[in-house]
Amino acid sequence: MEVLAAALVIGGIGTIAAIGLGVAAKVFAVYIDPKVIEVGEVLPGANCGGCGYTGCAAAATAVVKGKVGANVCVVGGQECAEAVAGIMGLSAEEGEVGIAELGCKYSVTTAHLLFDYDGIEDCRAAALVNGGGKVCSMGCLGFGTCISACQFGALYRGADGLPAVDKERCTACGACERICPKGIIRVQTPSRKFTHVQTDDDCVAPCQATCPAQIDIPAYIAAIGRGDYEKAVCIIKESNPFPLVCGRVCPHVCESVCRRNDIDEPVNINHLKRFAADFEMNSGKRFLPQVLPPNGKRVAIIGAGPGGLTCAYYLARMGYQIKVFESMPKPGGMLLYGIPEYRLPKKTLDWEIGGILELGVELECDKKLGVDFTIEDLYEQGYDAIFLAVGAWDSRRLGVPGEQDFPQVASGTEFLIKRGLGEETPVGRDVIIVGGGNTAMDAARTSWRLGAENVYLLYRRSRKEMPANDIEVDEGEHEGIKYHFLAAPTKLIGTGGKLDAMEFLKMELGEPDASGRRRPVPIEGSESNIQADNVFSAIGQSPDLTCLDAEGVASKLGRTKWNSIEAADGTMQTDVSNIFSGGDAWRGAATAVEAIRDGRFAARSINLLLTGEELTLPSNWYARAPKLPGIDEGIKIDKSERARMIELSVDDRRMNFNEVELGITEEMAKKESERCLQCGEVCYQGYREKAS
Amino acid sequence: MTEYLLLVVYAVLVNNILLAQFLGNCPFLGTSQKMSTATGMAMAVIFVLTFAGVITWAVQWYVLVPLELEYLQTIAFILVIAALVQLVEIVLQKTAPALYSALGIFLPLITTNCAVLGVAIINIKEDYDFANTVVFSFASAVGFGLALVLFAGLRERFALSRMPRALQGTVSGLITAGLMALAFQGFMKLGG
Ligand SMILES: Cc1cc2nc3c(=O)[nH]c(=O)nc-3n(C[C@H](O)[C@H](O)[C@H](O)COP(=O)(O)OP(=O)(O)OC[C@H]3O[C@@H](n4cnc5c(N)ncnc54)[C@H](O)[C@@H]3O)c2cc1C
Ligand code: SF4
Repeated sequence: MEVLAAALVIGGIGTIAAIGLGVAAKVFAVYIDPKVIEVGEVLPGANCGGCGYTGCAAAATAVVKGKVGANVCVVGGQECAEAVAGIMGLSAEEGEVGIAELGCKYSVTTAHLLFDYDGIEDCRAAALVNGGGKVCSMGCLGFGTCISACQFGALYRGADGLPAVDKERCTACGACERICPKGIIRVQTPSRKFTHVQTDDDCVAPCQATCPAQIDIPAYIAAIGRGDYEKAVCIIKESNPFPLVCGRVCPHVCESVCRRNDIDEPVNINHLKRFAADFEMNSGKRFLPQVLPPNGKRVAIIGAGPGGLTCAYYLARMGYQIKVFESMPKPGGMLLYGIPEYRLPKKTLDWEIGGILELGVELECDKKLGVDFTIEDLYEQGYDAIFLAVGAWDSRRLGVPGEQDFPQVASGTEFLIKRGLGEETPVGRDVIIVGGGNTAMDAARTSWRLGAENVYLLYRRSRKEMPANDIEVDEGEHEGIKYHFLAAPTKLIGTGGKLDAMEFLKMELGEPDASGRRRPVPIEGSESNIQADNVFSAIGQSPDLTCLDAEGVASKLGRTKWNSIEAADGTMQTDVSNIFSGGDAWRGAATAVEAIRDGRFAARSINLLLTGEELTLPSNWYARAPKLPGIDEGIKIDKSERARMIELSVDDRRMNFNEVELGITEEMAKKESERCLQCGEVCYQGYREKAS
Repeated sequence: MTEYLLLVVYAVLVNNILLAQFLGNCPFLGTSQKMSTATGMAMAVIFVLTFAGVITWAVQWYVLVPLELEYLQTIAFILVIAALVQLVEIVLQKTAPALYSALGIFLPLITTNCAVLGVAIINIKEDYDFANTVVFSFASAVGFGLALVLFAGLRERFALSRMPRALQGTVSGLITAGLMALAFQGFMKLGG
């Protein structure tokens, strides 16, 4: 009797509880991805938190969301990783492999110090005292707290006193990253790197801080020094998929801030980049990066210039399905249709673009937005986001009498695009170019190559204000281009539809304008004429946004006062949340490397948006590089000569479009790489040794 | 009112469930490495313990006593607490996902926390009425949280100090817990 009662009561309570739970589970049902449950079942269930998530269930959720790879579990080992990978439909190797990396180059014995710390020997303790003894806020404090935190013995103290990583042992568990009080050691994966936006917390050399694409310059130079050219190319491609192109046409602002400027001459950063990239091309074998398994999301990119293709490249690496729509017959944008062959051979450009398309990026040429399709069409076809990189293809007119009257008057880009399309572009004996940018220089040097005897370049300011790359202006001079500075056209003169001459006015520099440059003002009565068979104007380009004139979504996109697409710097997001823009279409005519930066930043944002994360930037990111200290007073570093580019002689350039710059040799590259001081934000090689 | 106040002081300080009764030592050592974990655990325990106290009180006086089955107390309570924790988990996941993910694995861990069962049984032993049960359960949980958070603060400091290898980790933890218990003995006189 008694037993029966007991059984009934306990059974009753049990039943009530069970029913209650059952009902609650129904009423409060939350959708849980069955994959999360499946993954959760193969994790060990130890809930140790070693992976950095609050227990196995949380780790399973993270795996399914794609935040971590199949090898998330630090105790489960290979078997567990394979089981997880099996469920997720990827092989354990297919996920990205992370590895711990130290973001500091100089140990406390060689770095700039504020004070000597001699408290408790633990980085966390040292960090409590004014953030540690280093001058910079992001320097390694050197007590190796991360080394003792690593359960796998993957960290050890290197010869230079900094923690070093044993790549074989590192499981990317992140214990070191979590314990480091300064966030210096981080578990890096390729995608974490190429979606990184530089912040004040990163230790970067002056060159890297200034590079629009934020390439880790000292790292690739060091790789070249070691003879590891493949690594060098991979490092560059973590920020810039166009090393062949940039190695040839980049204005390399990095070199103007190189610390070596304080000693002798800057490191030849750009030609080292070209050397590594040429090595890849000449080897004939591509160093293809890892592409993550398809994630089922699709992104449409409008414009196959450097901006669009960069965005395509990084999104493709993250597993997105990309289609690039291009209005011209071939991809490349202004790199192909603007920049002439003698600076950037088509073959070279094709090879570089081939490397991007080989990642599975689809390209459709002769398809123009606004003519062949609309933004709504893209939405209908199931694209989740759009990147608009339509460049700046509209040229400013001279606005002088006679401009419309002669077929021999055209804009520099019209002239160059025609050439790019392979059409005949004959020029007469006397050619005048108006403008001071790269387009002007290219039109001038192209005219000279086509046989013009007198090529004049008129620019309304002085040489030092010319926006063209310095090397262009110098080379143009070697080729005999006649510069007329402080001159502006006033009239085009001719008879019967045939151009004869151009009238121009002399200028002088007056008060500085908004841009800080002195405004040129005409000198009254200084008119004179130059004979002219052709006149090419290259006084500015702006985006041609007629493709966005349509009703609907396109009309919601804001415009800047320079008639470019309005977008937020950094996120590159336009007024429509899943449409992004960058490159010349957003900046107005700018440079390739800036378009590349915008493309990469847009890829980062699109990935955030499509994985449901918040689309924000780190609070301390910088759009403009901070000014970093140079070489300290009293430190002597031996002078050495900069590697000089090998060039075609001027005589060999006439009447052909052969590439002028031939590259540097392996020996030169090696020597040049040794000139690099391997800078950090304040430290550099030779600081301590030479000082004492 | 003073009665409840005294009960709170008694439960939190004088008869602290951890440091005077030595219940719930396992999570005390397990979740005190980091302050953030400790506060998470403390919140979860306060939440569950208060509920569990109330429900077990009801089970005791409305089911077990009328049926004269008091000897089933332990097993019945464990059953009820386990079910309750599950229920709380389900409800929280739906209604307060933020709280749910903050508590993380601590919620299910409490099922096996002897402090919960301990307080439930004390409630019965001391013959508390309903209001007293609520107050005592809540206050005991607060006491648990207080001890845990203080302890975590100390252990975080340990991580930064030089300590002989033999004393590192759980060893220093246990010694500290002992010293803290001694300190809490000082509250004995508070109750009069
Ligand atoms: C003559 C010249 C010389 C230059 N020299 C240099 C140099 O030496 N160094 C340097 O760094 N930069 C140089 N630049 C600038 C550089 O080429 C550009 O900044 C860069 O190409 C911009 O890249 P982008 O992707 O934004 O646009 P673009 O390269 O212009 O590409 C835009 C693409 O979008 C396509 N497109 C346009 N509208 C549509 C549409 N409606 N639908 C589909 N597709 C469309 C275009 O056909 C084009 O392919 C030069 C530019 C010119 C014109
Ligand atoms: S010396 Fe090397 S690391 Fe330093 S600024 Fe120059 S190129 Fe960059």
